[in-house]
Amino acid sequence: MKTKGLIDIAELTADELDDLMTVAEDIIANPADYAEACHGKKIATLFYEPSTRTRLSFESAMLELGGSVLGFSSASSASVSKGESVADTARTVECFADVIAMRHPKEGAPLVAQMHVNIPVINAGDGGHNHPTQTLADLLTIKRELGRLDNLVIGCCGDLKFGRTVHSLVTAMSRYPGVRFIFISPDELRVPEHVRTEVLDRNGIPYEETTSLEEAMSKLDVLYMTRVQKERFFNEADYLRLKDSYILTPDKLKTAKPEMRVLHPLPRVNEISVDVDEDPRAAYFRQVKNGKFMRMALILKVLGISVKGGNVK
Amino acid sequence: MIIGSLVDGIVIDHIPAGRGMELYKYLRLDELDCEVAIIKNAASSKLGKKDIIKIGAPMDLNFEILGFIDPRITVDIIEGGKRARKFHPALPETIIGILHCKNPRCITSVEQELPQVFRLTDKEHVVYRCMYCDNKAKN
Repeated sequence: MKTKGLIDIAELTADELDDLMTVAEDIIANPADYAEACHGKKIATLFYEPSTRTRLSFESAMLELGGSVLGFSSASSASVSKGESVADTARTVECFADVIAMRHPKEGAPLVAQMHVNIPVINAGDGGHNHPTQTLADLLTIKRELGRLDNLVIGCCGDLKFGRTVHSLVTAMSRYPGVRFIFISPDELRVPEHVRTEVLDRNGIPYEETTSLEEAMSKLDVLYMTRVQKERFFNEADYLRLKDSYILTPDKLKTAKPEMRVLHPLPRVNEISVDVDEDPRAAYFRQVKNGKFMRMALILKVLGISVKGGNVK
Repeated sequence: MIIGSLVDGIVIDHIPAGRGMELYKYLRLDELDCEVAIIKNAASSKLGKKDIIKIGAPMDLNFEILGFIDPRITVDIIEGGKRARKFHPALPETIIGILHCKNPRCITSVEQELPQVFRLTDKEHVVYRCMYCDNKAKN
């Protein structure tokens, strides 16, 4: 039987998500207990497209667990530039590492890798499709900032069509009772039909769609901002037309609730003014840190390692 | 036009008008040596017009694609000049190697040796999605 990694956030039940958050919070409280948990283990970070946060977060996570890191950070430095398939690369890396974290511009590439190896593969982002570990970071951030994951109004703003983090967040949050979504986007970048019909409608999750960030602001408990991603467009004219659709400024935040939180998967370009950074509601850099703790918890889970009272089980 | 009656064979009936050739291709009927007739735009009390395919020999065919094309399609198995069995093909949980993902961002667009696998994700609305990228198959 193949060892299971994490390809899609939908693979995790609400209980499993809660368990991961419990472990992450224990890591935050007792980091020394986990410092050697992955001693002798190696993670391969196979990044076929650029990333700062996610790759460094995985590497930092493994290092803080006492493990080691190997991998590549662009397709041009890997054998894919010689035409090697994802399956062959994964099979090769399996000989050197205990777990793979893969980012790939093509959707489904991490699944292909998982189908061909017996070590866990973690999807670190595949095209505009899924980015489950970003969602783990999002969930822990919401929980730590607001104290709950239920009974929330979540606004998702920007590129909701290609924004993989939004799709994964909607899927994950739909498991919690009393959650409602407000989708704020230009018509061309609306949340895809399959997310509306197969996640929201199927689970009876209420949602509304609007083009006005200002109208939605006062209703929100969480504002999840996203970047209009140049790399997801085949047509540069479309990108240029839509890239400045929504820019969050201190002025726009005036009508927001005091306890509302602004999240962003980062990197941002200009969709959140730097003037917002000092607002206590701006949680996006804390979100980055939470991402590392959740990746630590996930690495432990997929490697089957549990830590009790400082001892590795 | 006269199409001879079958003694032993298969009749695929109630195909939406204009889609007979598509099914001919999906079922790889061009590889058969026996008689195969495609009747286009036949009168139908249910559909107005329909296509029909008649295959002049008994054989095992993979009918799983038919339910995806249209659940109203029927298959008649003819034995000794009489209809021995009639059924609506069930919706398969997966369709392998028949449909092709059209998403240019899908890994199958660059690694073409990968098997094309579509999964049934919404039975009520007959929605199949690519296993790799979740792109919806068009029927």
